[in-house]
Order: sequence, then structure tokens, then C-alpha cells
Amino acid sequence: MSNYSAPIRDMQFVMRELAGLDEVAQLPGNEEVSPDLVDAILEEADKFASGVLAPLNWTGDQEGAKWNDGAVTTAPGWKDAYKQFAESGWTALAGDTNYGGQGLPKLLSTAVMEMWKSANMAFSLCPMLTTGAIEALLLRGTDEQKEMYLPKMISGEWTGTMNLTEPQAGSDLAAVRTKAEPQGDGTYKIFGQKIFITYGDHDMTDNIIHLVLARLPDAPEGVKGISLFVVPKFMVNADGSLGARNDVHCVSIEHKLGIHASPTCVLAFGDKGGAIGTLVGEPNRGLEYMFIMMNEARFAVGMEGLALSERAYQHALQYAKDRVQGTDAGVRGGPKVNILHHADVRRLLMNMKSKTEAMRALAYVVGAAFDKAHNHPDESVRAQNQAFVDLMIPVVKGWCTENSIDVTSDGVQVHGGMGFIEETGAAQHFRDSRITTIYEGTTAIQANDLIGRKIARENGVTIAGVVKMMRAVEAELAGAGDAALGAIAKSLGAGVSAVEEAVAYILATYSQDIKAASVGSVPFLKLLGIVAGGWQMGRAALIAKRKLEAGEGEASFYKTKIVTARFYADHVLAQASGLAYTIVNGAAGALELSEEQF
Amino acid sequence: MKILVPVKRVVDYNVKVRVKADGSGVDIANVKMSMNPFDEIAVEEAVRLKEAGVATEVVAVSCGVTACQETLRAAMAIGADRGILVETDVELQPLAVAKLLKAVCDKEQPDLVIAGKQAIDDDANQTGQMLSALMGWPQATFASKVALADGKAQVTREIDGGLETLSVKLPAVVTTDLRLNEPRYATLPNIMKAKKKPLDTVKPADLGVDVAPRLTTLKVSEPPKRSAGERVADVAQLVDKLKNVAKVI
Repeated sequence: MSNYSAPIRDMQFVMRELAGLDEVAQLPGNEEVSPDLVDAILEEADKFASGVLAPLNWTGDQEGAKWNDGAVTTAPGWKDAYKQFAESGWTALAGDTNYGGQGLPKLLSTAVMEMWKSANMAFSLCPMLTTGAIEALLLRGTDEQKEMYLPKMISGEWTGTMNLTEPQAGSDLAAVRTKAEPQGDGTYKIFGQKIFITYGDHDMTDNIIHLVLARLPDAPEGVKGISLFVVPKFMVNADGSLGARNDVHCVSIEHKLGIHASPTCVLAFGDKGGAIGTLVGEPNRGLEYMFIMMNEARFAVGMEGLALSERAYQHALQYAKDRVQGTDAGVRGGPKVNILHHADVRRLLMNMKSKTEAMRALAYVVGAAFDKAHNHPDESVRAQNQAFVDLMIPVVKGWCTENSIDVTSDGVQVHGGMGFIEETGAAQHFRDSRITTIYEGTTAIQANDLIGRKIARENGVTIAGVVKMMRAVEAELAGAGDAALGAIAKSLGAGVSAVEEAVAYILATYSQDIKAASVGSVPFLKLLGIVAGGWQMGRAALIAKRKLEAGEGEASFYKTKIVTARFYADHVLAQASGLAYTIVNGAAGALELSEEQF
Repeated sequence: MKILVPVKRVVDYNVKVRVKADGSGVDIANVKMSMNPFDEIAVEEAVRLKEAGVATEVVAVSCGVTACQETLRAAMAIGADRGILVETDVELQPLAVAKLLKAVCDKEQPDLVIAGKQAIDDDANQTGQMLSALMGWPQATFASKVALADGKAQVTREIDGGLETLSVKLPAVVTTDLRLNEPRYATLPNIMKAKKKPLDTVKPADLGVDVAPRLTTLKVSEPPKRSAGERVADVAQLVDKLKNVAKVI
């Protein structure tokens, strides 16, 4: 099967040069973060990802998680790998230092998370969901709940889940029906069924801590009547030991297109008298708490888009180098060459490579903004970064995951007929990527959030600031006196104009005709992603040129970066104006047919 | 008991090296470097002896450029207590390294040196043996099992045709073979702790050692391309070819 090796050089470049690792390292609480510590952590994480997790990716896909008699058995090797993962301390990387975490910055955990997800996305979902549950307890849990659950969840001894979805409550969580009945002793009995619960049951740890959305008896209808509860698989005694089995059971797991090794569970609460839980935070505010954590969760899924693209690229590149087929175009009777010689294979690979690097650049820059939004001493800097994070989260989530479907599909294409054969492994990345545009809010949900809350509601203030930064990079590229950088400037300039045109349309239309604005929302999300990626690739090209002129570092890396940015500008950024056209003109055709005409 | 472990920074085992165009050596500009795998086994063994309560301190030593600090930190992340870097930009050959290690041993007085049997870059397989000779200590090379008791090391070594078990008096030099152990993955807390462990830097001159190369590399070249195989009709022809063409039997 395919090997994975973390793209450490590009990760370092993006962290240091684009995302401002130095600045992040100077934030309060990050005193220990030095460049060599970061390098040492990246190296060791790469060893773990490539040595332990990546080899299980394919077998996990083939064997899958199994359900039998109410319990899930994970794919072969999973249990040992998880034990090693937790014992190595990786679950605690970004965890709160008060509960045994290392408290390392988001920027670093972002790079490390990319490795877990590239190496083995199905595996990575378990620690990712646990992180979400930890966040919820940290934010709103009582001291008792925190003491009881957090240390063991951060150490990885226990895992966590998020129980939101029910058969009738998918994107519309207002429809949640699971009930919580107060017992008068501070506990509640939970009754109901939850579906799509990732790692809702498994055999890797002794306990699983479920966070569950449910309604109290007197709760108002709709979104303002949903509360959040913590429900352990095994009750926890006061001394921390495990008590009775709680009444929450996995009644089946789903058969899915991808991520076969990640058990997607149907959980039944209260079939045998009621599952015991305690309330997290205040009654009826559960959904609001979920939204606080939404940024982190959506960002993490966006990282899956990036990570799968990287893995698919490495896979396809290896194949293209090994596969000999035909002769060089225009050479009669020449020697047989590997398919990397063929123009369209190059185009496919450059498409994959340039989009992947653009996604990495944007995602890490947003990761660093998370750090600054949380820890910068200056309140206005915090607010500015928070606004940037809020604007970009739907873009990172939506654009990176939509990209990953294209990139992993290109990966299949590079393999030709072999790509369609499961044993080649390229198809797995394609299948695994397909969920990423759906869970944690579909692309449409992201796009609605983007044009509504993030742009129309604040009258485009934050996006205007971002456009200004993009224009500055465009000007710098144009003034660099370099043909490649000039070409990037031209394409970036057109892209930024497309964004301006689309934003103006959205601002003018949103309050008048929300459906018309919504038709263009996904194209707009893609447009903003493409141009924001181009903005970061433009910055990368400028830095690469400066490094080359100064004779610093490895010339071949920087030359490659400029060529990659140029390709991105000519092939990807160039699509911006077409998207703007669709956003501004596309409503009529989409909305006109009556239901009968469909 | 103090154990000293020499660690070498080499081109990572995953990297496919290329010979420089002028044949003067291998191009290592911008390639990934990491700890020599045999040395990693040596560090692991020393740390296991410490964890078993046999050893009290594990000191990692590296000789070479400033970047060898990373190699020492990696050894400390596995569990070495401190590091010593003998810093020099001069190309170091086995004899020079053995002399530097002798100087460090004289100062540190370890009870045992565990070294990798060879480095995967030059494959010299000399440093451990030379160090033992310079120190006048016994040596047990290619160890696949090490047990310490009563001031002695019982070392099982892999030799042609089987295993040999030696008993050597401490202090001694032991070099590791591949099957001695499987090095652990460093844990995140230990990577972070490694940053705070002491790392001393000395120069060859401080140790009074002349590290000037004694050997000259004349030429480095890629191995010849394997030529195409040949199909034989029967066993008799195969034997004939092996005898008269390949000249291997």
C-alpha cells in the first residue's frame, strides 16, 4: 500500500513564513515553544503517523469496524495503535494544562492533526471527537464534571463522542426529540435514539463519555429548548473507578461509502430504564454551547480536506514516477518514459499539489489566528483575529473539503485504470473524502453561514479588511519586476475583483431576496476559498523570491514554490471570474422551475 | 552505573541518496537527517537498562556539526539524561571519532559504552572496536542480547552460522545489532522534557584531539546498474553458468 511521509518542509515553511510561528510563540502561555521544539515534535509525529497509523489505513478500510451483539470491535491493529497513540501523549498535545494537557498552540496542533488525518483519517476521528467533548466540558462543565472526566479524556484513557443527530434532526437540530427527565438528585434519565455517532462504541478504551443533546420536560419548542448532558458508558465512582454499565447501547453501525474503520453508531439511550446523565451548563442552552465549539470542529473537518488531498497527491506522484507508458510526445521512436512526462499527468499532479499547498497555507494562517484570538494580550488584536477566524471557518471547512473531492478524484485519474481498482488504494482517499463536505455542516450550511452571519450581518466589514490585505499582496507581486510574480499578480487581481463584485451583490441582495443570494452561496464560498488560497500562494511566492535573492536556504524548494504559485494562479485562480458571474447571474435558472416542472 | 551512548547524525534511512556530479561524495544538501538507526537501538538499550534499575545515568555523545544537537535531543527524548556535543565542521572519520570518544570516556568514566555497530552512511563498522582498543577495554560487538550482572556483561552476538555468548568485564564497549531491541516512539512529554535536559558542547581542541582526516576519498560512484537476467534451459546449464560465467560456485 501507499506510504505516507509528512510534508515537513512545506509545513515548516507555512508555519514560519506565512502563519507567523514566531509571533505565536511569543503569545502568553507559549513560552516553551521554540523552533527546535516545533521541529522535534513534527519529526516525531511524522514517525508515528507514517510508522503506526498509515500502515493501518488500508487494512482498516478493507476490514472495517464490526458490530456484534451490542458492541463494536475496531479494525485489526486499531486497539494497539490507539493505546500507543495515547501513551505517547499525542491526545494531550493541545489539551488544557490544568488537566494534564501540554497546552501547545493551535498552529502546531494543526500541523500535527494534518499528519494524523493524512496517515489515517478513520483513526483520527476518534481523538478529534474526543477533543470536541473535552471542549464542551471545559467551557461549561461543573468543576465536578471536569475533575471526573477531563484528565482521563485528555490523557486518552477514555474517549468522547458528540450526540447531536437523530433520524428527524439532521441539519435541523431544532427537531431533537431525545428526552431528559430530572431525578431530583441532580441526575437525569435520558431516553431516545441518536444516529451517526462517530466512535459511539468501540473496544479501545474502558469508558466512553457521551455528550448528548436532549430536551427537558418543560423545555420550549425549537432551538431554545435543547440542553446538553454528559452520559458515560460506565458510571464513574467518586474515587474515579468504574461503576455500573449505563443504559446507553450501540444497536447497530452504518455501512458507509468511506471511513469504514470509523464506527458510525446508532445509540439507544434508556431502553432499559434510562441512561443516567448530568446537565452541562444551564438548561436549554445546549445548542448555543454546540455553536461555541463549532469553529473548532469545522476547522478540523476542513483539515481533513487538506490531509486527504496531501495523501492522494503523494500516492499519485509515486505512481506517476514508477509507471512507464508510451514515449515523450513529439519524440518518434524514443525510449519509453514514466507518465510524469505526459503533459496532462503533470497538469493533474500540479492541480493536486498547488491546491494542497494553497489549502495548507490558508488553514495554518487561520490556525495561527485562533491562537492570537485566544491569547494575544491586546484586546483589539484578539477581536480582529476572531473576526478573521469567524469569516474563514466556513471557507476552510467548505472549500478544503470540496477541493478534496476533486483532488482525490484527480489522484484516481493519474492512476488510470488502476485507480479504479480498490487494491491500488487511490480510490480509498476518494471515498473517504466524500463525507467531509457533508458532516459537521454540509457545504451549503457553511456557505449560508458565510454569506449570512459572516458577511451580510456585519455589512461586509471583515471581508473588506481581507480584500485590502489581498490587494496589498497583489501590488507587491506586480511591483516585484518578475515575470512569474507578475502573472500571479494579474490573476490574483482579477480574483480579488471577482470577490468584490460578488460581495457587493450579496450585500445588495441578501435582505431583499435571500433565495437569490443563497443560490450563489456555495459558488461564493468556493470563490473566496480560491482567492484566499491565491492570496497565500502569492505571499509564499514573494517570500520565496526574497529568499532566493538573499541566497538563503534551499533554492530548489523556493523555486518550486514560485512555479507552484504560478500554476495555481493560471489554473485555479483563473476560475474566479466565472464563479462571480454565476453568483451574480445564477439565481434565475435555479429558482424558476415549479415543483411540478422538476 | 553510567552508560555512554555515541549517536551519529546521518542521512535518514528513507532518503535515496545521490552521488554528487563530481564524484567527490554523496549530496546531502537539504536532505532529511536523523539518528543512525543502530545508535537508536543503543540509546533504547541504555534507557531500558536504566528503567530496569541497572543503570543510573545515560549520557548521549555526538561528534560533528552544530545540528547534531537535534540528534542529541532525539536521544534525550527517548530517555538519555544529558548530552555532550563535540562540535566540529571537519569531516570525521572513525579513528577521529574513537579518539574523541576516548577523551569523553576519560572524563566521564562510564561503566559501559553502547554504540551502534556501524553508521548507515559510511558503513565503516570501526568506531566501537577502535574505542575499545584505545581504552584497553573489552569489546562485544553485534549484540542481540545484553545482560549485566556482577560487574560483567553477558552479550549474545550474531555471528555467521549462529549465536555466540560472551562474558566481558566492565567497563566495556558493546555494539548493537538490529535485533537487540525495537526502539520506542518518543512520547510528547519526553520530547518536551528533552529540551530542558543539559547539553554541553566541547571542541575537539578542548579534548586535545587532532581530528584531521587520515583517509582520502578518491571517488564515489553509483553502484553499476544490474544487467538483465538470462533464462536457462535446465539445472545443468544453470550450474554451468554459475560456475563458468558468474564464477560463484
